[in-house]
Amino acid sequence: MLSPDLLAEAGRQMAICNACRYCEGYCAVFPAMERRRTFTDTDLVYLANLCFECRDCYYACPYAPPHQLAVNVPKVLAELRTETYRDYAAPRFVSRLFRRNGLAVGLIAVAAVAIVALLVLALRGPSVLFATHLGEGAFYAVIPFAGMVLPASALLLYALGALLVGVVRFWRDTRGTLRELIDARAVVRATRDALGLEYLKGGGAGCTYPDARFSHARRRLHHLVFYGFLLDLAATTVAAIYHHVLGWQAPYPLGSLPVVLGTVGGVLLLVGAGGLLSLKRRSDRQPADRAMLGMDVGFLALLFLTSLTGLLLLALRETPAMGTLLAVHLGTVGGLFITLPYGKFAHVAFRYAALVQNSIESRRSSGA
Amino acid sequence: MGVSDRAARTFDVLVVGGGNAALCAAMTARRAAAKVLLLEASPEAFRGGNSRHTRDIRYLHDRSTDYLTGAYPEDEFWDDLFRVTGGETNERLAGLTIRESADLGEWMARHGIRWQRPLHGTLHLSRTNAFFLGGGKALVNAYYDTARRLGVQLAYDSEVRELDIREGRFLSAVVGREGESREIRAKTVILASGGFEANIPWLKEYWGEAADNFAIRGTPYNQGRVLRQLLDHGARPVGNPREFHAIAVDARGPKFDGGIVTRLDTIPFGIAVNEHARRFYDEGEDLWPKRYAIWGGLIARQPDQIAFSILDSKVMERFMPSVFPAIPAHSVRELALALKLAPTALEATVAEFNRSVRPGPYDPSGLDGCRTEGLEPPKSHWALRLDVPPFYAYPLRPGITFTYLGVTVDERARVVMQDDRPAQNVFAAGEIMAGNVLGRGYLAGFGLTIGSVFGRIAGREAARCAVA
Repeated sequence: MLSPDLLAEAGRQMAICNACRYCEGYCAVFPAMERRRTFTDTDLVYLANLCFECRDCYYACPYAPPHQLAVNVPKVLAELRTETYRDYAAPRFVSRLFRRNGLAVGLIAVAAVAIVALLVLALRGPSVLFATHLGEGAFYAVIPFAGMVLPASALLLYALGALLVGVVRFWRDTRGTLRELIDARAVVRATRDALGLEYLKGGGAGCTYPDARFSHARRRLHHLVFYGFLLDLAATTVAAIYHHVLGWQAPYPLGSLPVVLGTVGGVLLLVGAGGLLSLKRRSDRQPADRAMLGMDVGFLALLFLTSLTGLLLLALRETPAMGTLLAVHLGTVGGLFITLPYGKFAHVAFRYAALVQNSIESRRSSGA
Repeated sequence: MGVSDRAARTFDVLVVGGGNAALCAAMTARRAAAKVLLLEASPEAFRGGNSRHTRDIRYLHDRSTDYLTGAYPEDEFWDDLFRVTGGETNERLAGLTIRESADLGEWMARHGIRWQRPLHGTLHLSRTNAFFLGGGKALVNAYYDTARRLGVQLAYDSEVRELDIREGRFLSAVVGREGESREIRAKTVILASGGFEANIPWLKEYWGEAADNFAIRGTPYNQGRVLRQLLDHGARPVGNPREFHAIAVDARGPKFDGGIVTRLDTIPFGIAVNEHARRFYDEGEDLWPKRYAIWGGLIARQPDQIAFSILDSKVMERFMPSVFPAIPAHSVRELALALKLAPTALEATVAEFNRSVRPGPYDPSGLDGCRTEGLEPPKSHWALRLDVPPFYAYPLRPGITFTYLGVTVDERARVVMQDDRPAQNVFAAGEIMAGNVLGRGYLAGFGLTIGSVFGRIAGREAARCAVA
């Protein structure tokens, strides 16, 4: 259940914005707002998820606090997004994970690492965990292949399934039928907007982030995170092909495709997530939702640790530290996968759905 | 204050004011190597005067660009200015303003302004006026940022209380800041501190107690103290002191700084009545952009300075959405009760209006044939019967945008004294002198043009005067 007070406040602010419209050049939220005269609850949820929190409108707003009209669109829409992620989480009883999400994500990750380490200790013993393993199949001496792949795959499938359930419900509420999703032009434009982070460009100016000055830093760092993440997924996919199709056992040589892709992806992720964390630490808290900030930090920290432990594992894989690092890395990956639908990663699904809706309705309104 | 302290406070150019004209002046003077201090009376959060509520600027251009749809040549610009002012303009200064505006698009971009381009082809663009991304506060933010980087010294919460001007020569200014006063010396001064629209006691000199019922569209810091000082020091006034630019705003809006959002565009779509439930002016006299700016003055002359825009459900989607919802009612009688008007009087007014409406083709985008017959005052266009419930109303107040009273300047932006001689080192730019060019009427985006052109002239001339 979305908070009625929050919806009322978002509606109040959108009515002010809709009588002003000075910010229409910054992003998709304001043109989408202009296509409406009144705002239903689901309109507001849609607009909230269309917002990339570039904050340009906050600094450009003559009605921002301390003005008595107290317009703070990035903040109220972030609050509404936090509630969206919680409200559309599946199954519903886990939605309480969003109460203090940074803490929840942190605890789950620590628990996942501990479970993996304890399992290895209990089932394989300390002599295996702290020994040096070299050559083909070295990782599987510590954790058997099936013990590695099956839980990870199960968690990932579960996470994607849970997100899908949530986003389908979101789509039905904010837009209507699933048939409308079969709209190639809309999907292409939404995908282009998403991959290029079009609405972190602020109509060419960039984001006023972390402070009132315009900068492209946040968009570029986000690109590093996103494409680093994709490269790591590609590395895993190639490794799976090596294993299953070609029958080659990890660890793979330094010059091999999985290692190169994984290393480049890991470094991009490390720089991107680290950079975003540093921007967040310095960011103006006035236009921020504290709950969203906690969610951001939890997710970014987990991404950072995942790539850090992965890179360390690569560097130290021929030393006695390998066993411990492997356990920690896999535990972190497990924590990341478990929390995908219950943390900031959820924005990928809901924002993409909002972008598709935006491209459908903007095309209809322009009559093209 | 020690000797070194005093030396540190001697500037080449002192800029008084913190809006567009002041910033253009400060940046220009600083680029000419002058040591510049800018004093803004408001706190940082409310800096920028009326400029923070602007949206677009009108300037001369001979072709279309990414953000302008076509050319706006000199003779057309002249015609527009002449039409709105009815000739109340200093032709030399008006010509100067128009000609010197030609490079503004490029100059503004060089100083940090970003132009709004059509994002996926849906944004509003115009031929005569360029829209800056994010509106006036974004413009003000960009200029402050640029000014700071150029090395202009900035002080907020710094209101100039007194000017020491002797025989047309500026010596120093007394500035109040954080409860104490200090004297600031400068070789020249540029006064760009706007009009007196937020000074209710001053407005009362012309409007009496009615001024208590005005809404002021800008911040409460537009007090006009510097303007008063200049006039007291013998500057030659320009512009009718009683006149202001005022539009109809929602009576439920804030007393100050409602800016653009409380304006209501509803009047041509229905009727407007005063607190006696009587109509008082032709709601369909001319196209709304032309007539937009007379309604503030019309309402200011009604009893208790209040009026009501009365509409029915047919037209509710035809105007810009409002910040506050329209007051609904199932009948005219119920609407009158909700507005605390005499029900029989409002019913009579609506009935008489409805009887007088002659059918015709309705076209809100042009001067159509829907008009009343035998009604006083008439509604000359867009007259549709009020007959589809629910009925709606918006309460209206005069919303004061700016005042016309200012000081006379010459082509070098020097303030002209009563003896017709220009002051030696006192310059003015922006609203404080806009009455020289725009003696009356209103031309969208032209206040910024005057401020930008004269801000740059004042900055250039003051720097030259200080360094000489």
